[in-house]
Amino acid sequence: MIYATYNHYLNLIILIVYLKNKFEAIGDVTLFSWRFFKELFVPPYELKEFFKQCYIIGYKSLPLVVITGFIMGLVLTLQSRPTLVSFGAESWLPGMVGLSLIREIAPVITALICAGKISSGIGAELGSMKVTEQIDAMEVSAINPYNYLVVTRVLATTLMIPILVIFADAVGIFGGYVGMNIHSKITLYRYLAQVFDSLEFLDIIPATIKTFFFGFFVGMIGCYEGYNASNGTASVGRAANSAVVTASLIIFIIDMIAVQITDLFF
Amino acid sequence: METQIHEIPTQNEQKKEAIIEINDLQKSFGKNDVLKGVNLKVFKGEDVVVLGRSGSGKSITIKCLVGLVKPDKGELKVFGEDIVNYNLEELNAVRVKIGFLFQSAALYDSMSVRQNLAFILQRHRKDLSAAEMKSEIMDVLESVGLEEAVDKMPSELSGGMKKRIGLARTLILKPEIILYDEPTTGLDTITSKEISDLILDIKHKRKTTSIIITHDMDCAKRTADRIVMLKDGVIHTEGTYDELAKSEDEWVNAFFK
Repeated sequence: MIYATYNHYLNLIILIVYLKNKFEAIGDVTLFSWRFFKELFVPPYELKEFFKQCYIIGYKSLPLVVITGFIMGLVLTLQSRPTLVSFGAESWLPGMVGLSLIREIAPVITALICAGKISSGIGAELGSMKVTEQIDAMEVSAINPYNYLVVTRVLATTLMIPILVIFADAVGIFGGYVGMNIHSKITLYRYLAQVFDSLEFLDIIPATIKTFFFGFFVGMIGCYEGYNASNGTASVGRAANSAVVTASLIIFIIDMIAVQITDLFF
Repeated sequence: METQIHEIPTQNEQKKEAIIEINDLQKSFGKNDVLKGVNLKVFKGEDVVVLGRSGSGKSITIKCLVGLVKPDKGELKVFGEDIVNYNLEELNAVRVKIGFLFQSAALYDSMSVRQNLAFILQRHRKDLSAAEMKSEIMDVLESVGLEEAVDKMPSELSGGMKKRIGLARTLILKPEIILYDEPTTGLDTITSKEISDLILDIKHKRKTTSIIITHDMDCAKRTADRIVMLKDGVIHTEGTYDELAKSEDEWVNAFFK
């Protein structure tokens, strides 16, 4: 009896400490993110670094996003086809694939890929700069490292990930067309006409808006984890790993909130 | 037995201008009291070497001077102004006059040597044309004897070369004060001597004031006008190399054996 009560209190204390740490982490991320908005419009504007990051984040991630997008469209078509055929509704397939890709699958999968590739990359890069005192070196040279490293990267992910999602949408729809043609014959013109017939403007807007949030958090979490890496090389790996896990979780949370808001207003 | 060789400043020192003045500097990390009241004056044109055991707070002291670590208590006067409560803008105005050589050199590893140096010039010397900037970079590389490394990446440099380029980066803004954090650590004896000679050369040619944190007694002997020894978070003793080498204090003596 006494042992059970002791265990109960121990679990309660562990839970309280865990929640306290989590709330502290959320507070830290919020303050770190708030600094982004404060420093976004403060000169100097690191345009060269911003364009370099756009190139790395956007252009260099494009092949991965395009291949994944194509496979998503192809697989979604092949997996959905038998069910629709059994209901005699094969003609709905292009519309269903287009709608699923644009509203949900392409934004979420692209954002998750970017969390794995970009967020971890930023976390590892900034983490390694932190432990080798390169960030301190910028600070003592009277250069604002937050402005140079964080603002440029977060801005680049916020703008590039929506563009990558648009590419994933387009290639995914083409993948769907290839999938349709494996079992039946349909022209590209007719396939696209059916896809766009089932799409409304309001399907595209909320899906596009949420990708900006995905992009912002993919960059911000990577920067936060890297920038706050403690001393020691092991913390670089931890920063990269933590960046992927946290960014992926946040993507799902944002998606859930976005769906609720879309349901309310559209 | 504790020696306090230079407890009272000489008449000469009183006349000299204290460019750095640290009064009752205290810093703790959790329950670990690292600095318990450091008092130190560094005079213009002087090279002060700080000795002490690992973890005695030598690096923390100089990191406080550039605002990388915020002290818990105390006064840090640089160029006569207490910088402890300075905001970022005010602190940056002081930082451009102070060079800091990190233990690891801390070169930006995604940039070439030229870019490492240009990175600072582009942000602080916007008045310079591209040709003038190039000439400044080559001049500072010449002063550390590494003009040929201008287009190399940090990963292509040896430990000694990295230190030299790190030094070139601290010199690029022509600082009045240079803080060296273990400049010869991890280098072979010959390269360590070269770096020590370079520190002396910079002092004579550029009339800088320096604080040098080191464990290398040869470096201390070559570069120090005065040595201060940090023990248990306070200045234990200070004096010239020769004075301290003759000290009867067992703890001081252990460094000079």
